[in-house]
Amino acid sequence: MIGWLKCRDAARLASQAMDRRLTLGESAALRVHLSICEGCTNFRKQVEFLRAAIRQLGTRDP
Amino acid sequence: MEDFRAEVEGQRAYLLRYARLHLRDGGAAEDAVQETLLAALAGEKTFGGRSNLRTWLTGILKHKIVDIIRKAGREQPLPDGDDGLDALFDARGHWIDPPAEWRGPDASLETQQFFAKLEECLGRLPAKTARTFMMREHMGLETAEICKELALTPTHCWVLLHRARLALRECLQTNWFSR
Repeated sequence: MIGWLKCRDAARLASQAMDRRLTLGESAALRVHLSICEGCTNFRKQVEFLRAAIRQLGTRDP
Repeated sequence: MEDFRAEVEGQRAYLLRYARLHLRDGGAAEDAVQETLLAALAGEKTFGGRSNLRTWLTGILKHKIVDIIRKAGREQPLPDGDDGLDALFDARGHWIDPPAEWRGPDASLETQQFFAKLEECLGRLPAKTARTFMMREHMGLETAEICKELALTPTHCWVLLHRARLALRECLQTNWFSR
């Protein structure tokens, strides 16, 4: 464990979790941070929402 | 044969919309679609009705787009651009304006206006950031594949993807979810 994460690093890890497998240490630190930080929890939900939205972009006929 | 040609041609508008999401240069998008249609007509036998025509054509188009992006990157490497995202956090690494919960995000997915706003936000990203992000999230390519095509290190790729997400989140927060 590398100590408490700052929001800047937690947001970066939440984002990278969508692109690569986090190390055990990273994912544990992120979990702890998210459990106490509403801003970063919202950030994580929102980047997941973004993924879903982007996937739908251009799929409907206007 | 004629039916197949007409069906393929019928997907042109869809393919062009798809290509324009990835290539800001409209001429390049037209080229990618044109090459896709030609390749499709030449490859009617390989299609053989196995899958959905649109899915099959999109698969060909993705390759054409990645080719164009790769070639363009070789000719003139793009700078990342200064996107001003460092200002989102204070010196101690805390959010200056922590993300608040979005109301009814799923309902947004039902409206054309939302997608128009999303495209507008994408248009504001620096070109290289947008490109990398769209290859990841719209084409659904793996990061390793994107890094290879764009000749980026994985770390650089992750940085660009994260910056795209930060910027898009901000843009939607300001221009859509705060309405």
